[in-house]
Amino acid sequence: MVSIARDPASEPRPEAAHAGPPPAIPDFDIVPRVGLALAGVIVVTLIVVVATGGLWPLEFMHVVFGAGWTIIDLFLGFVIGPILGSLSVPARIEFTVRFMPKMVVLMPAIVTATLVAGWQLSTHLGTNLTSYPQHGWVVASMIVVGVMAIVALGLLEPANIAVLIELKKPRPNPQVIERLMKRFIYAAGVTGLMQVATFVIMTKLASS
Amino acid sequence: MDERKYPPVTQVAMVSLALIIAGGIYLSANLPQHVSLAPAVILLALSALLMAGNLFSLTRVKGFAWERFFAVAKWSLLAYLVIGGMLEFVFVHNHVRGGTLVVLTLSLLVFAIHVPALMGFTVARYSQGA
Repeated sequence: MVSIARDPASEPRPEAAHAGPPPAIPDFDIVPRVGLALAGVIVVTLIVVVATGGLWPLEFMHVVFGAGWTIIDLFLGFVIGPILGSLSVPARIEFTVRFMPKMVVLMPAIVTATLVAGWQLSTHLGTNLTSYPQHGWVVASMIVVGVMAIVALGLLEPANIAVLIELKKPRPNPQVIERLMKRFIYAAGVTGLMQVATFVIMTKLASS
Repeated sequence: MDERKYPPVTQVAMVSLALIIAGGIYLSANLPQHVSLAPAVILLALSALLMAGNLFSLTRVKGFAWERFFAVAKWSLLAYLVIGGMLEFVFVHNHVRGGTLVVLTLSLLVFAIHVPALMGFTVARYSQGA
């Protein structure tokens, strides 16, 4: 969708260009139209759910998208990440151009839906008030989410976009891709660890 | 790989985001009490200063790929304005008013500008400028 045209200015500097033929890279959209449409549906649904304020839709949105967020982070950080590191370069490229564009649009939508629905649910139930007996745990969840947001917005998403744009160049620089992919996978590992903390907090809140 | 020296844009942006988030947590953690806005305002001001410093430091980089920076940042800005707008809607819907709403709105503005700028930078640093 967002097409960053290949242009000569984006070529790696001559001294950085690697030797040998460029690896074969399948054509791909950095921001896929289908993903964009799905993200739009999520945002519109979220607005409707917040505006109507029903308990079940809020609970549904929070649990479903929260589960999606947690599973993706854990699976990416602890399963896909190590596997990806052991693949050959062409296999890694093949996987990256199919997987990363989906992450670009879906993750921000999933995270926004989880947090907004969670906050509204909390407001509905009164669990975000200081009078709630487990208020300390709720504040702890805000801190955990805050750390995840900083890692995701500061490291994950920029690396995600940068890898895809590098792969769109006629001669992508493997060093740049490797550096950015490493950053992406390590950042995903950190958010995966934070998701474990989320499990502890949410199960504590649900059982109190 | 382009080994030019760049200012620590990513690190500064992450600190700036951390300050904004800390301000938001401070306000949210004290509901429904009306707590002093001063800590949140200070955090917001520091965050905005870091953002301004970050953008200024980029203007000092010779041969920076501004075209590539804006190509990425403008679309990211659109996406993060939508997310920011969504959060603003939630604040208004929850009857957040007055100074708190102003602080939260400005915080969202810093967030919606700084994150796209960071994305633009991450891409542009590996591209060749004019």
